[in-house]
Amino acid sequence: MHSSSELLISQADGRPMYLQLMDQIRRRIAAGDWPPGHELPSIRALAADVEVSVITVKRAYLELEREGVIVTRQGKGSFVASGVDLGTELRRRELDEHLTAAAQLALALGLSSEELEARLREIRDELAAKERS
Amino acid sequence: MNAPALQFDGVEKSYPYFKLANVSFELATGQIMGFIGPNGAGKSTTIRILMGMVLPDRGAVRVLGHSMPQEQALAKWDIGFMSEEMRLYGYATLGWHMDFVAAIYPTWDARYAATLLKRFDLRREQKMKSMSHGQHMKSILLLVLARRPRLLVLDEPMTGLDPVARHEVLSELMSAVTDETRSILFSSHHTQDVEQISDQITFIDRGRIIESSDKESFLDRWRRLQLELPTGLQLPVLPGIVDVKSAGGRLAAVTTNAFTPALASAYQEAGACVREIQHMSLEEIFVAEVMGSRKEIVA
Repeated sequence: MHSSSELLISQADGRPMYLQLMDQIRRRIAAGDWPPGHELPSIRALAADVEVSVITVKRAYLELEREGVIVTRQGKGSFVASGVDLGTELRRRELDEHLTAAAQLALALGLSSEELEARLREIRDELAAKERS
Repeated sequence: MNAPALQFDGVEKSYPYFKLANVSFELATGQIMGFIGPNGAGKSTTIRILMGMVLPDRGAVRVLGHSMPQEQALAKWDIGFMSEEMRLYGYATLGWHMDFVAAIYPTWDARYAATLLKRFDLRREQKMKSMSHGQHMKSILLLVLARRPRLLVLDEPMTGLDPVARHEVLSELMSAVTDETRSILFSSHHTQDVEQISDQITFIDRGRIIESSDKESFLDRWRRLQLELPTGLQLPVLPGIVDVKSAGGRLAAVTTNAFTPALASAYQEAGACVREIQHMSLEEIFVAEVMGSRKEIVA
């Protein structure tokens, strides 16, 4: 009965539980642990395993389906979508989210696009320098 | 669609200092309902009516397809009830209690009972009077679960349990509903537990049901908006606002129980800057809801 998906919900994480679940499933797929075509645990099995309500898992699966990350076949279960290089796509989406947050902050601080770009370049160079040393 | 596991329809009950007014809600088969509300809100009275222990003045209650309290003898074969006030016989062992319950209920699952003994870290030979509060509660829960009832009704099952014991109990409740024909109604002050495992939330305050809906949409409607206002701008009055916190300066926190993206746009259009839209935990919603309705009464 305990499939042990090793997904984990944290109560210290401020985000709703369904978002946490989505995030961890995406990461598992991006890392290649769950390759395209891999069958996801059934909703009730995952709910029992992670100890969250069935409705929360249902919602996470539904949203992932909407994103095209997984597909659900009636009566058969849910599977990782056979998309092209989902890993890169997911990481790119993650990058976009962070960039959006950065752009919002820059707007609030009244930074111009040039200033934001310059700052981004600086940070990249710092990282590269660190890697070399 | 299956018949609901339980159904309250316009139930009323008056006492000299308390009234349960027009209580209606239902729990779909296969779901877990968290039943929450402040002390004295009417949770226990509602549960007593559900169990046929109190006769309502008006209204209808159906449990597992049976009318209560008329058909309670039938219904109770399939209901597992536990309340924090229950006590087992102090001089008898847990094993004695297990044999006793097994002799009455043909659905008793001895193998499951043995598994639960291990998971709850309990011993058959131990007398109840030598058990801690947590062990006592887990023993009662073991006796209830091993009957494999179709409906579990648990009144504050988590009270006084340490974090490990609570985790063990939550985990067993979740396993109990991997079978879609079983349902659970549990009341608790532990909003984190309720938020974690409930499919539905029913909120009662001062004898009235304030809310009974699926957990995801319930939590989704509540948000806190952190706003920054240009100097001199009055916060516009918009519908669905439960609470406004502002020190009179430029920052304000607005709580809503009817969030839509349109609300955020409305604030933007009025000239306010929406700094952040935050989700709220059930605990925060609980407090906001109860404080909000108390303010109305005072006003």
